[in-house]
Amino acid sequence: MQSAGSKRDFAPWADPTARPLLRIEGLSKRFAGFAAVDQLSLDIYEGEFFALLGPSGCGKTTLLRMIAGFERPNAGRILLDGLDLNPVPPYRRPVNMMFQSYALFPHLNVEANVAFGLKQERLGKREIAHRVADMLALVKLETFGRRKPHELSGGQRQRVALARSLVKRPRLLLLDEPMAALDSKLRGETRFELMELQRRLGLTFVIVTHDQSEAMTVADRIGVMDRGRLMQVAPPAEIYERPNARWVADFVGDVNLFEGRLGDDGLSVEGTAAGRVRVAARAGAEPGQVVWAAVRPEKVRIARAPPAAGSDNSVAATVVDVAYLGDTSLYKLRIRDGSQVKAAVANVGPPAASALTVDQQVWLSWPPEAAIVLTR
Amino acid sequence: MKQERSLWQSLVVRIPYAWLLILFLLPFLIVLKISLSQSAIARPPYTPVFDLAAGWHGIRAFFAALSFDNYVLIGSDPIYVLSYLKSVEIAAFATLILLLVGYPIAYAIARTPPRWQAVLVVLTVLPFWTSLLIRIYAWMNILQHDGPLNGLLMALGVVKEPPVWLSTDTAIYVGIVYSYLPFMVLPLYATLQKLDESLLEAAADLGCPRWKTFWLVTLPLSSSGVIAGVLLCFIPIVGEFVIPDLLGGSRSPMIGQTIWMEFFGNKDWPAAAAIAVVLVCLLVAPILVHQNQAMHAVERD
Repeated sequence: MQSAGSKRDFAPWADPTARPLLRIEGLSKRFAGFAAVDQLSLDIYEGEFFALLGPSGCGKTTLLRMIAGFERPNAGRILLDGLDLNPVPPYRRPVNMMFQSYALFPHLNVEANVAFGLKQERLGKREIAHRVADMLALVKLETFGRRKPHELSGGQRQRVALARSLVKRPRLLLLDEPMAALDSKLRGETRFELMELQRRLGLTFVIVTHDQSEAMTVADRIGVMDRGRLMQVAPPAEIYERPNARWVADFVGDVNLFEGRLGDDGLSVEGTAAGRVRVAARAGAEPGQVVWAAVRPEKVRIARAPPAAGSDNSVAATVVDVAYLGDTSLYKLRIRDGSQVKAAVANVGPPAASALTVDQQVWLSWPPEAAIVLTR
Repeated sequence: MKQERSLWQSLVVRIPYAWLLILFLLPFLIVLKISLSQSAIARPPYTPVFDLAAGWHGIRAFFAALSFDNYVLIGSDPIYVLSYLKSVEIAAFATLILLLVGYPIAYAIARTPPRWQAVLVVLTVLPFWTSLLIRIYAWMNILQHDGPLNGLLMALGVVKEPPVWLSTDTAIYVGIVYSYLPFMVLPLYATLQKLDESLLEAAADLGCPRWKTFWLVTLPLSSSGVIAGVLLCFIPIVGEFVIPDLLGGSRSPMIGQTIWMEFFGNKDWPAAAAIAVVLVCLLVAPILVHQNQAMHAVERD
């Protein structure tokens, strides 16, 4: 697999000789009859920032808790540096976790919270003080060492939790929804800080999130999870541009799906609500098979005049709804069979010029490269 | 309209104060007054008696007749000092045993699935459905020479001769620990139940084994429950009368028995009152120290 869409020159997963830092083999966890994690296998490489993305209840937190050692798998293995972690209790694993609730010790001040893990390693007093001070400087909390957790803001508590889990220099840092409790502006800034921190320290991060833009921002690769299984594992751009299933395409961003049958040449989907949809890349399916053509809303073009007769990838539509978001406008449109199509248009021109109104008759089109064929 | 309401509100706020005044402070002042009087063969059995009919002269004579003689007596006679020491000793050890027994019980209840917790809490307080006196009589039966406990010990071959339980300090401890256990378990359960499980996981994650997590996280975070439980047990145990009187011996009485003896045996109300006043002062002291520390802790934070 090529490393299309990776943000930096870092793609060990594309190198067949690379040894993963963390290898998960056929891991399963059942709770009272339902499989939270279902025969899941995954490799994560040293220095990687990996995001587990999925809706709530998809098993991503359970997977994280099994890596940390708080849940015991029913089947399968977790190998870290080739060592089976199954018999290792949580307090001996070279893995640290940042909890969603932060789980800061309320009776200890910031310094003591950060020093807690180092004290368990029986390090000297001076070394502990030194490393705690370094870590507090790294998260910009030097002057807050004597404060108790309840005297800090949400953002400061989050950074104490991060410092506490990083100070032990874990082989693997697990982050369970680390930004869920922050307000949206702070969340946006924290994403970049977290990414920068990971690059600077060169550590391996595994983050669990239900927020796709968070996963897209920070991660080298994203594993999209649904009902205990990994649906797709790929760099963010590949997940977005080449999703391997309708579910993934729909969960990561917005998508228009046109159901039809694959054409004889493998480069078109016949008989959809939008007529014949031509695609640029050949799909791995038999001609005649039921498939779906997927088109992202921002790739749909809106024209006020009809296209040349007989052109593919175009359909007449009526504007149903307009949502003005500032930088873009979202349109909901109805095509001839009654189904809805979404289109996103960047507001680049002068305000009045690009405006469409409800019930206006328009024509939608997209280039063949914008449509991809999904078989499931 | 607004003023009326605030009047009503201030009245509502003052009702508890009136309650404390009438039912706590006033009786205490009466006891204090009796403790400064002298025993007499009269009705009531002490002098002086407050007599408004005698006018200003009578009031002056009344105050002139008050004295600290009873407090001097308590300080000089070792029987009273020993009685205080015995009470404090029994209360201290009994509270320690209660803490050691009650903490694991409270911890276990707090870690039980929520739907069973209510059942276990009800079971903990179930003994209160029966009168304390009846339960202590039951213990007298269990502990007596040919009672079920000795029967069991003999049958198991643990002892050859049946040991004496009644009229010993051991019997007092058994009775007290049994009777006061709910007062220790309930406040501990209340704090342990609020303990966030993720804190224990965080400690494990940071390299802390379970036993150490208990010392570093669980115990410090349940300290308010420990203090509440200790105060709720220690203070009433010091003044406990029924349990030592029925299960203990008469050789070295606890302070509650001494008060009873002075009051009903010697008919010396003033001495009994003085012992009671000293006891109240002794028990208020640790509470004040604790409150003072708690205030400082709040200020430090």
